[in-house]
Amino acid sequence: MMTTDEAIAATLAGLAVPAPDGLRPAVLTELALADRYARIDSPIGPLLVAWNALGVSLVDAASDEDAFVARHRSVTGRAAYPAESLPAPLATAIERRLSGDPRVRIALDLRGHSPFEQDVWHKALEIPRGEVRPYGWVAAEIGRPRAVRAVGTALGHNPVPLIVPCHRVVRTDGTIGQYSLGGPGNKRTILRSEGLDPEDLESFAAAGIRYLGSDTTQVVCLPTCRHARRIATRHRVPFRSLRAAGEAGYRPCRVCRPDSGAALAA
Amino acid sequence: MPPGARERAARVPYGDATVRAADRFWDVMEPDDRLVTELAHDLDASFEALVGAHADRMYSIALRMLGDPRDAEEAAQDALVRAYRALSSYDAGRIRELRLRPWLATIVLNLCRSKAGRQARRGAAPLSLDRAVPGGSTPGLDPSAPAQQAPTAIVERHAAREAWAIRLASLPAPYRAAVVLRHVDGLSYPEVAVALGRPEGTVKAQVHRGIAILRTMLEAEAHLESQEMTA
Repeated sequence: MMTTDEAIAATLAGLAVPAPDGLRPAVLTELALADRYARIDSPIGPLLVAWNALGVSLVDAASDEDAFVARHRSVTGRAAYPAESLPAPLATAIERRLSGDPRVRIALDLRGHSPFEQDVWHKALEIPRGEVRPYGWVAAEIGRPRAVRAVGTALGHNPVPLIVPCHRVVRTDGTIGQYSLGGPGNKRTILRSEGLDPEDLESFAAAGIRYLGSDTTQVVCLPTCRHARRIATRHRVPFRSLRAAGEAGYRPCRVCRPDSGAALAA
Repeated sequence: MPPGARERAARVPYGDATVRAADRFWDVMEPDDRLVTELAHDLDASFEALVGAHADRMYSIALRMLGDPRDAEEAAQDALVRAYRALSSYDAGRIRELRLRPWLATIVLNLCRSKAGRQARRGAAPLSLDRAVPGGSTPGLDPSAPAQQAPTAIVERHAAREAWAIRLASLPAPYRAAVVLRHVDGLSYPEVAVALGRPEGTVKAQVHRGIAILRTMLEAEAHLESQEMTA
């Protein structure tokens, strides 16, 4: 027979309760051991964006939230908890970046990724809106001219597509190439939203044209370089290789540096 | 294992409390050795597991010490953040030696004490208890209650739980801390002694004294009720 004191003690055990749902996320995000995520709009539809105190850690299509959380876990090793919206300054910065303001800075949390991958992504950040560069160009620019395939893989693993514009890197022959965020169709949509016509790019590629020169300046560019796009049609001289351009007396543009990776492309 | 924990679990009168006391013991006690090893090895990778294993009990301790769910959530959050900062300043050997359950209890109790002190100085209303939960959610309610259970039974059980929370909250602080750690949190007497920094004999006496006060309250309430019935 239980005494009253024993019954009281036993009843007190029932006063243990589960913590509110918000406690764990609040602790882990305060310590930057977990991230928040929320939805934003983009030219290719709604996206989910994860971030923490250090910066943005993951961007992906908003089609499947559970898959996003699982991918976040496998990419960062951390939990991600839903938030109502992005912090206002971050939302504004991303909106401005997507609408083409190159000056806006967006902090990124790329911890845990290899130095090679980070080099590739930082190089992609230098490609201006409305322009594209070949994989081989990125490889040469980061001092790894033979790592063209690895550059493609690194771009495919870009955890923050659109913010790091891996869509601005195309195949060396000028065709659009693969895209991690929903495939080549999305890559075309994004490039078009940035003022570049993918069909133009592909018609050059189909004709074997890799470079465009100006017969007034004797400078040769990659086809989407802002300087190449200013060349009037009657002064535009197409080249299949940089060697041919060199033999014709043209020098490489100092802005788009077509000679980066050109030796391998030739 | 805490002396009497298994026996206590076996003779708990509430069906769900029996399960909870036993679950809590096996879920929290056993993996702690593994957890401190992991924390010592890679704090950032394993702290989430500490939060997962201990957030409920830290919240429960804070709630039963402070009474107010919002204050309790804040105290539990601060305590876990402090625990992380402390662990990040310890070397691996010191982390491996930690007894997590009493150590975390000490941190949350200290925060409860300073919070209660601030409130007393401000002259704030001391206790609002479970009733004050925003959005009408009731942490006192057991979500795992069988579906076929009549709503009145749930309401009655919740009312009973609230009544116990109020009685507990009116205990003098030293007794309350000892009773909460021993019987709400389920720490062993040696763990309670470590958590409170008092000799085991002292905490045993405080727990017994606390329970005796609760019994007196219960008897006084019953007496009052019988008077009302006959009036």
